[in-house]
Amino acid sequence: MADEKPEGYWERASREPWNEWFPTKAVVILGVIFALIFVYGPLGGATDTETAQAGYRGTGMATIQNAEVYAAALATVDLYPEDEAPYEVEEGADIAGEYYENVQVLGHVSVDNFNRLMNAITQWVSPEQGCAYCHGEDGNFASDDYYPKVVARRMIQMTQNVNANWGDHVAPAGVNCYTCHRGLNVPEYIWFNEPADEGRELLGWDNNQNHPNSRVQSASLPSNVFEKFLLEDNAITVISQNVREQMYPERGIKSTEWTFGLMVHMSASLGVNCAYCHNTRSMGQWDQGPPARTTAWYGIRMARELNNEYLAPLQPVYPEHRLGVTGDAPKANCSTCHQGLYKPLAGKDMISNWPELAAPAPAAQQQAMAN
Amino acid sequence: MALLSFERKYRVRGGTLVGGDLFDFWIGPLYVGFFGVVTVFFSVIGTALIFYAAALGHDGIQTWNPWLINIAPPDLSYGLAFAPLKEGGFWQLITFCAVMAFSSWALRQVEISRKLGMGLHVPAAFSIAILAYVTLVVIRPLLLGAWGHGFPYGIFSHLDWVSNVGYQYLHFHYNPAHMIAVSFFFVNAIFLAFHGALVLSSVNPQEGEEVRQPEHEDSFFRDFIGYSVGTLGIHRVGTLLAVNAAFWSAVCIVISGPIWTESWPEWWNWWLDLPVWPVNWAVNQ
Repeated sequence: MADEKPEGYWERASREPWNEWFPTKAVVILGVIFALIFVYGPLGGATDTETAQAGYRGTGMATIQNAEVYAAALATVDLYPEDEAPYEVEEGADIAGEYYENVQVLGHVSVDNFNRLMNAITQWVSPEQGCAYCHGEDGNFASDDYYPKVVARRMIQMTQNVNANWGDHVAPAGVNCYTCHRGLNVPEYIWFNEPADEGRELLGWDNNQNHPNSRVQSASLPSNVFEKFLLEDNAITVISQNVREQMYPERGIKSTEWTFGLMVHMSASLGVNCAYCHNTRSMGQWDQGPPARTTAWYGIRMARELNNEYLAPLQPVYPEHRLGVTGDAPKANCSTCHQGLYKPLAGKDMISNWPELAAPAPAAQQQAMAN
Repeated sequence: MALLSFERKYRVRGGTLVGGDLFDFWIGPLYVGFFGVVTVFFSVIGTALIFYAAALGHDGIQTWNPWLINIAPPDLSYGLAFAPLKEGGFWQLITFCAVMAFSSWALRQVEISRKLGMGLHVPAAFSIAILAYVTLVVIRPLLLGAWGHGFPYGIFSHLDWVSNVGYQYLHFHYNPAHMIAVSFFFVNAIFLAFHGALVLSSVNPQEGEEVRQPEHEDSFFRDFIGYSVGTLGIHRVGTLLAVNAAFWSAVCIVISGPIWTESWPEWWNWWLDLPVWPVNWAVNQ
């Protein structure tokens, strides 16, 4: 039989080193690479993951988190100091506005509960310095000489506003000082305006792009997204509604990059990915996305209001070392509260024990205090 | 000489992997074999299940629009357990049938190769494609702990899955293994086009010329780029490119989740973290 085989390629091919190499060795090598990944996982090399489903099964709308990172974020919840339950207010009890001097915001609160709240604030904001952080060492608690007290007063108003008017974003957990401060004088996650882009090197204006910046996860996106959306009110919706749409200024490439910069910040702050709020088959359509997107929509508006109404205007109050490089006040973004969890402090109830922070003083009492 | 009478002398018994002479015969031009029967068995059952599941619809939608039919895997909450038929159980059974059918098809290739005394290159190459599929619907779901991480069976629905899974890592194009896989796919396509065109150009000579031989093909590429990989070599190159395209596709998805859970753009921070940059030059914190 062997004699009948034609001379040529067949015979030669069988002796070619390649045919020794493939398939046997090639498959073995590729198989070993793959087995490494496959075996590596079960043996503990693979990342432990926490997953959560956001959309209909099979749509791929799942959050996949590193279990260690997630557990570390969850562990911070346990650091919350225990709440002291509110005192019952008896008829005719002394109220702080009458009992103490210069109580402008919490004047309607009973003295007992006022002191309970003050005590809690020291645990939330200045566990080391105690009362002195805002009130100074001289024992004059009525004085407004120390800037932290002026800031704290405004922050209490801000907290009341958030709980009273932004339930669409924060209910039912609510917020108190600890939601952002976590036992620190200054919350860990704050932001300042990016310095104006003055044409670094030779390339001129670059729209704050392509300088790796942690705000946008080191992506090539512009880093001044907080100014654009959490201070200014620029359109976030950049998806064209028509075929070959004329170039709208708000739907150009740059606007799109700003939008994606904000979205990247949100996903990093919440420890989620795009599919937590969007079905990416159509990012813009509300009826395709999970309800979490509406919560986020209110959150963006809330952060914008807090920055414009409360945080940025405090600029003159701060000493220089509290200000950013452009001389602006510290401001809030999604990370300020969320800190890696899609529900800050894993949705812990922050407000039930603090009716003083749940809403501003009733109008009649505000009037009385103003007089 | 009729093709079948020419082939007859290669149609010999033996070379089967299991079952001895069981199904060791041909129907017309097709070799049957044990694994041919297994393939048909699971293909028919799997396809019937697809139609059954499609007839029942999904998420309250009943459609025969081929674009919209969707057979989805179970909710993540089922983990690696069996799900009720209408809540992902169909997907699980269809997946099982598919893996069995694809594997049997590869083993049938092995048997045919053995009968003909050929190498196992064809089943080896084909098995890499099976590996890519199995990675998507078995290996990665196993590593992530839920069948629900597999992709749904439907034309639009699987595209939605691809989109959403891509956005799970913010920008999937930054996945290094995805980059390698895509590059192999592109190079594979243009090399196949070049190879096909070169052979066709040899057997379709210009007016009045004779059909050209491989030496002309080699000369063309030596003139063109200074090197010809040769008539046999181009098939090694082609196999290498195609196998790698499928292989790196499997790698790029199996590392997304089981190995890397952050955004893929962030993975490249190793570049920024290299100790060669001037202080404060690379990253603005």
